[in-house]
Amino acid sequence: MANKKEITITDETAWCPGCGNFPLRKALLAALRDMNLDSDQVAMFTGIGQAAKMPHYINVNGFNGLHGRSFPPAIGTRVGNHNLKVIVESGDGCSYGEGGNHILHNIRRNPDVTHLVHNNQIYGLTKGQASPTSEEYIRTGIQIEGTTAKPFHPARFAVGMGASFVARTFVGDQDHLKKMVKAAMEHRGYALVDILQPCVSFNKINTYQWYSERVYKLDDSYDPSNIDNAFEKAREWGDNIPIGIIFQNEEKIFRDRLLLEDDEPLVEKDFNPKDAKSIMKDFK
Amino acid sequence: MDFNILIGGEAGQGLKTIDDILGKILFREGFNIFSSKDFMSRIRGGHNFMQLRISDQKLYGPENDIDLLIALNSETVEIHREQLKEDGIVLIEGESEVIDGRTILVPASVIANDINPKAVNTVFVGAILKAMNLNLEIAKKVLADNFEEELLDDNIKLLERGYNSVEPIYDNLEANITKANDEIFIDGNSALGFGALSGGLRFYSAYPMSPSTGIMKFLAGQQKDYDLVVEQAEDELAALNMALGGSYSGIRSMSGTSGGGLALMNETIGLAGITETPVVVADVQRPGPATGLPTRTGQGDLLFAINSAQDDFPLMVIAPRDQEDLFYTGFRALNLADKYQIPVIILSDQFNADSSKNIKEFDFDSLTIERNIISSDDENAENYKRYKFTEDGISPRAYPGQFKGETVLVDSDEHDEKGHIVEDAETRIKMVDKRACKIDKLIEEDLQKPNYYGEEDINYLLLTWGSSYGPAREAYQLLKEEDIKVGLLSFNDVWPLPKDKLKELAEDAELVTVELNSTAQFKSLIASETLIDVENSILKYDGRPFTGKEIYQRFLDEVIDNG
Repeated sequence: MANKKEITITDETAWCPGCGNFPLRKALLAALRDMNLDSDQVAMFTGIGQAAKMPHYINVNGFNGLHGRSFPPAIGTRVGNHNLKVIVESGDGCSYGEGGNHILHNIRRNPDVTHLVHNNQIYGLTKGQASPTSEEYIRTGIQIEGTTAKPFHPARFAVGMGASFVARTFVGDQDHLKKMVKAAMEHRGYALVDILQPCVSFNKINTYQWYSERVYKLDDSYDPSNIDNAFEKAREWGDNIPIGIIFQNEEKIFRDRLLLEDDEPLVEKDFNPKDAKSIMKDFK
Repeated sequence: MDFNILIGGEAGQGLKTIDDILGKILFREGFNIFSSKDFMSRIRGGHNFMQLRISDQKLYGPENDIDLLIALNSETVEIHREQLKEDGIVLIEGESEVIDGRTILVPASVIANDINPKAVNTVFVGAILKAMNLNLEIAKKVLADNFEEELLDDNIKLLERGYNSVEPIYDNLEANITKANDEIFIDGNSALGFGALSGGLRFYSAYPMSPSTGIMKFLAGQQKDYDLVVEQAEDELAALNMALGGSYSGIRSMSGTSGGGLALMNETIGLAGITETPVVVADVQRPGPATGLPTRTGQGDLLFAINSAQDDFPLMVIAPRDQEDLFYTGFRALNLADKYQIPVIILSDQFNADSSKNIKEFDFDSLTIERNIISSDDENAENYKRYKFTEDGISPRAYPGQFKGETVLVDSDEHDEKGHIVEDAETRIKMVDKRACKIDKLIEEDLQKPNYYGEEDINYLLLTWGSSYGPAREAYQLLKEEDIKVGLLSFNDVWPLPKDKLKELAEDAELVTVELNSTAQFKSLIASETLIDVENSILKYDGRPFTGKEIYQRFLDEVIDNG
């Protein structure tokens, strides 16, 4: 295959040295290569923020859209061409704040989409304000005596909403991260991977050390198909933070509910205006 | 012959059923017909009415004066008494109070109670047809098309008993029964959806909002017969972003809303602009701002639509003049969005959307889909660049997964030819200019001139955009009958504004815009685009459509008397 293009990453990025985005990208690349995916077979949808710049730094198809709106265009693409492997990727502000409504409703749709959220518990690109996942006691230039709201807990929310795949991982553990990305991409349905990562420039609390001291892996004895276990693990946060597949359940996906006749992607179907002519009889 | 029927009552009384069935019967009888609706934003109670105007002449809009008033409650008589012509007749439910000898009682409830107490409306249809001196042959066929088999027998009985309950009144309502053979009777929202579907629309994502929801309803009903997906989005932000994702994947995609939804979609229209992703958005206008008058009509979104989103990027705004134009615009907008890789906004309104009229069958031979997506033998398919600089600003378009080993990258940030985020001044300038110059080609090759009705030598020129065309066309004819030298210039493409014919006619004529808004937005647009000062504007902003006679009278009062 002469023109088959391997997925590669760029040398240049706009990320700070030591940023958690680097190990994240490395694990993502490894996962995509492990799955033998070509650059043209993957479509990545992002919003705005440092995480959302990912499609500029890894050569897959990319739709770098608006802040908070990483998810909806991915749905449109799933409608048009379900042969593409679809990744929605953005930060905690874009995904859980500005785009909160779209997560809620796309968990309901259960599209075959992998949702990678770079969760560094801070706004990086706007220089260090609280994000929806920031701890209440965080102090910033805006939240001068801590936040005015409790943190959003992605795993609790997603399990509570009945998401068909919910995982948490940590950029400090490359193997685990790669395993979670692969499991999410192999899952048929919506798969949330909440990725804990430090922001070396603006989050002085949730550092590599902070996470390393707290995260622990769910072992083989944990059954992610059991919703009661999942609720329990999704609630755990603070001194002990479980990482792994918290919940997984195969169910009907968005495409299964569409009224399409066959499995041929819409983008490949021909159409002649005269095909619609018979509708005129409804107006006779 | 010009005969106007008004059917009024509370929401929930089945007015729409009467209107739908009676409209179809009168259409098939071969009348020219214009059906318009006036309803309140509620499901039960209040006062709603439908008007069915029929004629042996072509009709362009509604009429105020009533020949036959069908009152499903006594309040309807009170509200519309003033509109009743001197020889007008009222058909009203049996036990109500009798007024001045022109009122015919229909024992609709008594009849319905024998058969199906809920079906008072079918009894009324029978009574109306008898009053109009029409037979039941076509009516029975229309009922058969509208009712399930188990309900049909009852409804035919109700129709016949209603028919036999009154005496004929009119003997002069003659129709040309063969005329309906090559015509259809269609509402504006269906016509727009139908046009888009005929244009190969694959994906319609929207959030329900009056008065645009009829487009979504029409399309949703086609999903089992066509390769089409209609998705009800969680909000308008999602709706248009989903449509962009569909378009990015290579399928024709569209959204629809009203002004409030267009406000929510505005950032995304800018996204379509900078990412050069083709998309069509229908804004079915209602009076605003904010919630405004949800079920009523207006033309207040002209400047808002044209000025959608921050900063400069090319977009097109088309305001279809009637049901026929809505169909062809739905089709054409998808072609233009693809050709120029721009957002196209279709400005309809409640009057256009909810009114039905008889029009010629659509000409499918005239429709050709032009996708302007490159094929694998195109030289640009290798080392593909989504934003390659070209002479006319239009880059070769491909979709993700189309070519092995090639990727398609689009970006809401300013970007280079490949689609990668950049901040350098030189690329920024080149990209802004690249996007802007697409509009020059559009003006040159695809901008539709306004329709002109009138002589060369005129003293006055009526200017309309969108649906005001209909009533203004009627006013134009009435004014000509008075030997007033008047012309009518009806725009459907409003942005970019086609200027030539306007400039030519403006030299010798006094100009009058006719608009359903309070600040004469079209006058402002003409001034900013041509420096032509429009002397007069006939404006209305009460949420109700114009009638031809109303424009005619206001022209006499406000333009001629003041001139």
